[in-house]
Amino acid sequence: MSKMHALTGNEAAAYAMKQIDPDVVPAYPITPQTELMQTFAQYVADGAVQTEMILVESEHSAMSAGVGASAAGARVMIATSANGLALMWEIVYITASSRLPIVMAVVNRALSGPINIHCDHSDSMGCRDAGWIQIYSENCQEVYDNMVQALRISEHKDVLLPVMSTHDGFIISHTVERVDALKDEEVKKFVGEYKSLYPLLDVSKPVTYGPLDLQDYYFEHKKQQAEAMKIAKRVILEVGEEYGKLSGRSYGLFDEYQTEDAEYIIIALGSTAGTAKAAVDDMRAMGKKVGVIKLRVFRPFPAPELVQALSNAKAVAVLDRSEGFSGIGGPLFQEVRSALYRKADMPVSGYVYGLGGRDITPEMIAGVFGDLKEGRIHEDEAFHLGVRE
Amino acid sequence: MPLNLKELSKKPELLSPGHRACAGCGSVVAIRQALMAVDGPVVLAFATGCMEVSTTIYPYTSWRVPYIHNAFENAGATISGVETAYRALKKRGKIKGDIKFIAFGGDGGTYDIGLQSLSGALERGHNFLYICYNNEAYMNTGIQRSSATPFCAATTTSPSGTVIPGKTQFPKDLTAIVAAHNIPYLAQASPHNWRDYIGKVKKALDIEGPKFINVLSSCFRGWRTQPVTSIDIVKTAVETCFWPLYEVENGEWKLNYMPKEKLPVAEWIKVQGRFKHLLKEENKPLLQEFQDWVDKQWDILLQKTGDTVHKVVV
Repeated sequence: MSKMHALTGNEAAAYAMKQIDPDVVPAYPITPQTELMQTFAQYVADGAVQTEMILVESEHSAMSAGVGASAAGARVMIATSANGLALMWEIVYITASSRLPIVMAVVNRALSGPINIHCDHSDSMGCRDAGWIQIYSENCQEVYDNMVQALRISEHKDVLLPVMSTHDGFIISHTVERVDALKDEEVKKFVGEYKSLYPLLDVSKPVTYGPLDLQDYYFEHKKQQAEAMKIAKRVILEVGEEYGKLSGRSYGLFDEYQTEDAEYIIIALGSTAGTAKAAVDDMRAMGKKVGVIKLRVFRPFPAPELVQALSNAKAVAVLDRSEGFSGIGGPLFQEVRSALYRKADMPVSGYVYGLGGRDITPEMIAGVFGDLKEGRIHEDEAFHLGVRE
Repeated sequence: MPLNLKELSKKPELLSPGHRACAGCGSVVAIRQALMAVDGPVVLAFATGCMEVSTTIYPYTSWRVPYIHNAFENAGATISGVETAYRALKKRGKIKGDIKFIAFGGDGGTYDIGLQSLSGALERGHNFLYICYNNEAYMNTGIQRSSATPFCAATTTSPSGTVIPGKTQFPKDLTAIVAAHNIPYLAQASPHNWRDYIGKVKKALDIEGPKFINVLSSCFRGWRTQPVTSIDIVKTAVETCFWPLYEVENGEWKLNYMPKEKLPVAEWIKVQGRFKHLLKEENKPLLQEFQDWVDKQWDILLQKTGDTVHKVVV
């Protein structure tokens, strides 16, 4: 039995955190994440949770305190955006390599400079190689659902990797939508008790965290991390299915919309997938065979699964909400094209859009489908959609 | 337990032998002495630095107690997280018993890159002790100047050349900066006076809230001295009043050691290769400038502690 709420994306994430009741939450304000931690701080102030917050003096310290608390044996959740994530960067890597299962809400915002507070994915894409699982949410319901699932995935004994659960700044973080929440006891049961394997606070079994790891072992540890990331794919699916049984909303690695007979498919992350679905509805009404794949999990990247899903399409367009500055296309485009390498006859077209919160409309999406149909394929260099020349 | 060598020698070493610090390293002595003050369970956090790289080369560790190293600039934030987790888990009845928390950082990890993290942890009031093992430069990376490096000291990034005579700035007064956080206890110490130093660590560990100790730790590689002089040389730093021993308890400044005769700072300088150029005739004004600075700092300190000022003529 679920309960209906009207929540913003940030409130949905905070509400999931309230039901999870983590041991430690380090927090530092940054737009557009701030409301998330404000909402959670009120839960703490009202005694709705037992969580100890650490109101640190920077995001670098937020992530650092998170590492300390997680190594100590506590369940830790955290949140940030853009420059805050950039400031954490060093410790973001250390968190993953220390195999600490921290869940972080990343409220996507463009990285400086110039300074901008609105949505793009340059922040989370910038640390796509940090060893964190990355899950992107389309709407407020998914923000809630993904925060709850993220913890289970992260803490799974075969995974033990931190998870970034992202949602689009302002577009989702500040938009009120209907959110069906599980009951508190259902969430408690679903996430279970966290039991650290090697807690620093077990003084009877002293452990050393963060040793110097040189040529003779570092490589093996990186291989273990890579293996854990591969295993995560299975665990994400298992958790998504179990969550579906509980909530009626199952989750996979990506979501296919009208793709079964689609000739042209757009792949996108986050809220833009919703916009694309609206465009697909309009075009389907006109008899056009188009569909959308909303990638939910970017790390680990579901390459063979995507190839399978795209197998009947005539052409695919990839929408990136971050530049990447590679000269050939954004990070999502590069992953998809690489996945499709052995399908040489599949045109893959790259688009960069929406940087710094620039709007993306159903008409623009329809234009992308038009490009695919008419063979205007941007395969060597991304097309910047919606930019003034 | 009384603070005498017989009793202290019976205590188990929490830092086991076999670590890879240099023979004659002053920092190891400073850390071993600090740990002699610990009686119950303790968890340690270290900033990146000499003591971190030399004690935890995977798959070995020299630590017989729980230890965490996170990064260079965040020992303060890391211990904040550990200590908060302890309170959070204790509140939920998931752990029992009392645990003490000590963070260690060198001067690079404390005076410079870790200052913000330390300041935040002090301001938030976490229950921990931070010990800065100050060897006055980035010794781990090969002797680069830090904001703790003394005036005119030659380092690899502030070398003494034909135009510039080593570091051109005086060191930051970190202990006073920490004092401005109004924490319940802080002190300066030196391992040559082990009774004073271990007593301070002991006292600090019994006080609730954030505590700080700045301990001068010689580095014979960086100071260009002989390993056998590691303890003598920090003693001279205290006797010249370059490194006064004092404590601030609940805002009360107290001098812990008044030299019978305040030695000229040149006595400390002349035995260190990093100051060799300072003894040249043409650099006499710089030496005087150094002495004047020491006198002034000493004067300021004595005003705070309410003691009488000594004068020294070079």
